[in-house]
Amino acid sequence: MRPFDFQRASGAAEAMDPGLRVIAGGTNLLDLMKHEVETPARLIDVNHVGLDEVRREGEGLRIGALVRNSDLAAHEAVRRDWPLLSRAILAGASGQIRNRATTGGNLMQRTRCPYFYDIHARCNKREPGQGCDAIGGFTRSHAILGASEACIATYPGDMAVALTALDAVVEVEGQGGAREIPAAGFHRLPGDDPSRDNDLRPGEFITGVRLPAPLGGRQVYRKVRDRRSYAFALVSVALAVTMEGGRMTRVRLAFGGVAHKPWRVPEAEALLEGHAPHAALFDRAADAVLEGARGQGDNDFKIELLRRTLVATLTDATGDAA
Amino acid sequence: MSDTVQVERQQKMDSREDTDFFGGTAQGVLSTAMDRPDGPQKVTGTATYADEDHPPGTVFGWLVRATVTRGFVTGLNTDELRAMPGVLLVLRDDRLLRNPAQGQAGRAPVQFKGEVAYKGQPIALVVAESFEQARHAGLAAKADYLDRGGKAVICPEDAEFETPKAKQSSMGDLDAAMTAAAHRLDGEWTTPSMSHVAMEPHSAVAWWEDGKLTVRASQQMLKHNVKELADSLGISPAMVRILAPFVGGGFGSKLGISHESVAAAIAARKLGRPVAVPLHRRQVCETTTRRSESRQRVRLCCDRDGVLTGVGHEVWVSNLPGETFSEPVTQSTPFTYRGENREIAHHVGRLNITCAGSMRAPGEAIGVPVTEAAIDELAEMAGIDPIEFRLRNIPEEDPSKEIPYSSNRLADCLRRGAELFGWSERKPAGTRREGEWLIGMGMATAVRVNMLQESEARVVLLPDGSARVETDMTDIGTGSYSILTQIAAEALGLPADRVTTVLGDSDLPPAAGSGGSFGAASSGSSVTLAAQAVREELAKRMGADPGELTLKDGHAIAGNTRRSLPDLLGGEAIEGKGTIKPGSNARSVRQASWGAQFAEVAVSAVTGEVQVRRMAAVFAAGRVLNPKTARSQCIGGMVFGIGSALTEESHYDRRDGSFVNRDLAEYKIPANLDVPKIEIEFLEDRDAWANPMQAKGIGEVAVCGTAGAILNAIANATGVRFRHLPVTLDKVIAALPRP
Repeated sequence: MRPFDFQRASGAAEAMDPGLRVIAGGTNLLDLMKHEVETPARLIDVNHVGLDEVRREGEGLRIGALVRNSDLAAHEAVRRDWPLLSRAILAGASGQIRNRATTGGNLMQRTRCPYFYDIHARCNKREPGQGCDAIGGFTRSHAILGASEACIATYPGDMAVALTALDAVVEVEGQGGAREIPAAGFHRLPGDDPSRDNDLRPGEFITGVRLPAPLGGRQVYRKVRDRRSYAFALVSVALAVTMEGGRMTRVRLAFGGVAHKPWRVPEAEALLEGHAPHAALFDRAADAVLEGARGQGDNDFKIELLRRTLVATLTDATGDAA
Repeated sequence: MSDTVQVERQQKMDSREDTDFFGGTAQGVLSTAMDRPDGPQKVTGTATYADEDHPPGTVFGWLVRATVTRGFVTGLNTDELRAMPGVLLVLRDDRLLRNPAQGQAGRAPVQFKGEVAYKGQPIALVVAESFEQARHAGLAAKADYLDRGGKAVICPEDAEFETPKAKQSSMGDLDAAMTAAAHRLDGEWTTPSMSHVAMEPHSAVAWWEDGKLTVRASQQMLKHNVKELADSLGISPAMVRILAPFVGGGFGSKLGISHESVAAAIAARKLGRPVAVPLHRRQVCETTTRRSESRQRVRLCCDRDGVLTGVGHEVWVSNLPGETFSEPVTQSTPFTYRGENREIAHHVGRLNITCAGSMRAPGEAIGVPVTEAAIDELAEMAGIDPIEFRLRNIPEEDPSKEIPYSSNRLADCLRRGAELFGWSERKPAGTRREGEWLIGMGMATAVRVNMLQESEARVVLLPDGSARVETDMTDIGTGSYSILTQIAAEALGLPADRVTTVLGDSDLPPAAGSGGSFGAASSGSSVTLAAQAVREELAKRMGADPGELTLKDGHAIAGNTRRSLPDLLGGEAIEGKGTIKPGSNARSVRQASWGAQFAEVAVSAVTGEVQVRRMAAVFAAGRVLNPKTARSQCIGGMVFGIGSALTEESHYDRRDGSFVNRDLAEYKIPANLDVPKIEIEFLEDRDAWANPMQAKGIGEVAVCGTAGAILNAIANATGVRFRHLPVTLDKVIAALPRP
């Protein structure tokens, strides 16, 4: 671990400094620092700035950036009205990590792969322009959608996948003022600059996440992985579907484990909305989601796995309502 | 200081031990589910492991890893590192190890001498005031390498294989038997490289006093480790003391000394300060040992009645160049089932990846799942229930060597297991379904060779009538403290809390150490013999034959006389020394622990995920010394087996041999949710050939049947025989049609 300066913020404004690296739960950052994948010179601890409340805001919900994952997943309103979020959080990490991890920090966890984590491997995310040793290497966990020649890493989180499906908004604030970024647009694709995981600008700080009015309907987070807990998704499907009169009137879908960011395909949702559920339609939705999907060898199976998981999730969620 | 009378007893296992000594003792503490005496220390964090309780002035070392796969180190940015904060020493030394010593080697393993044989190999040590400083400098190390030619071989497909003569055997004519048989199977299976990943990473703290070296280390076999360390350093074993009072798991990865103790010892000498070298999990994965991957061809054939006529098992495993160890995959194949025509073949390829070594049940852990899957498949071809098929094929004696079994209750295990598990509820393959989940039941025989190793212990009966057990045996989480306490208490007629057991110090009498499932039987036998020597002395004082003496609750009883031990001791201590030695029994009879294991699985027809729903097992492994620690061992073994069947695989980058998933997030041992309810029973069993306690190894046998039972359950659930372990969901969906 490279020596670093440490200071504790008493208010969020102090964290809005491009020269400082924010630390909250530290569940990802400390690990990266120990391996010297990240070597920030100055850390600012935001654990004491407040922003740790969940409160109703109109029909929606405002979640402070410092709300711990465990508290958010257990929150009564979340469990009742946005169960997708609660389920996604509980599908991630371990109890110990969720107790420590925060809402803002969870969004800020690095999009990554084992080669990113190995300072002796080449990685464009760590050292732009260096090359990517993951391509042609062991690629079981890697992206099948939206990858580039520069980077095939996947965003590993679960919470953000649910937030993406739920049309959540990330509230950020910097010296230039506050702004809102839709969760679906918060993380970015690697393109030719994979060093940037998200669209946060230097000095900007996540203050909270806003959920719009509950979507209702059935909400499912299905995470498929190599063991039943403490493993990143090979693929995950977040689904919120409302049925009326035998038709799917509103469908929200997002996918984890397949791209550099939580993956969302509005065309697939539009294709389903207004129709009665049936197998051929689900297949077409899967076609839409998987358009352009490409495996790296070891992860080719994810294409078929995502199709199967999506179709089964849709079938189960709409099953006895038809 | 009171007077001490010294007595001694030795036994070499050259014949049956017909006297069941513990059948006649009176205390009733052996074979009870006694809690671990060291339990409270462990759960309160006061049990100190290797990298704890540092002596004052301890400084810390970080091993620098090679960033090439093959080559020679010609330079290092030593001056730059030396100038970094806190750095005290940058150690380059030919005595550093290339790889750890193999189990029971008793001498130095291959040492560094500038040559790199695999990526991640330690090439230097950086020592600093704090661990963080040492790691920071260590990560900044840059070495120069010289490529002197020689291609790095990463994948077994590219390896050249040796076929060691001593590891081949054949009987009859297998090809002819295959041709003539009513049913035959000829298939190929693969199992992956695996990592032990014991919870406690390897660590060593070394310091020198008056020219003598002391190392607190995480090791399994101290008497061998002392010699290995001394030989690596070029000093006399008499100058080396190793302390390992608590060890957080080993599974074979701590059998021999490893990089950290040698590096710490050299650095401590140079600096004149204690040096701690704790390995990071990544270093544990890359630089200690692995279980070799295997390719296994199994040929089986049987007659119309399902009686085996031929068994063939040919395996390809690997190791670093020059290592003599190779995973003995076929170890139990020759004696488990019938079949007069046999062919056993063993090939070793040379790879430039982490050194292969012993990992829990080396051989059987990956050989038995494969042969059990093959047996299951053949039974299905023959239209015979898999349990019935196995029952028809249990030989009267070891068919390869024509020697009797020391004890073999496999048939009873199979029958009792079937009852316990509810085998009669099993349905034909591919017919049981709950929603998207395909349900199946499977079983397998568990078998693991039983061994005995020379072991010595001291049992001191103190003037106050309490006792102390001393041996350099280790407790790697297995329960050595418990059983050795119980054995001494039982033999001396004392309540367990009157016995103190001291372990894990190489200055104590040399024990077998923990490994090969021989630890309990070997060290326990030495404690038994030492206590028997003390009993003989007590009998003499009672004027009785040892056979007529009863010891119970701190009293000696013979005929009409009953005297308390302090009274009988009269202010003296009696110090008994016991030594057990393996003898001709290792060859004159076939010794093994046996079991039958069962699993029920659910396989998602959608995602290919496999969940183990429940498991059961029945074992016959001689006398059970403590049913609680024995059961814990078996549960641990079965969880290990779940990992090898479904989740665990070390991934080496096929281009340069980088260990890609070298942490516990990506090397997937089963998590709590992956482990279902597990039922375990032990059959009453005594093995008079094994040792004076008539007990056999229990730690490893439970690994051996688990993966086979799971594989066979998956076949029953899906109708598909998966032959490449672990059965991850990508393999399953490739074989199952879209729902």
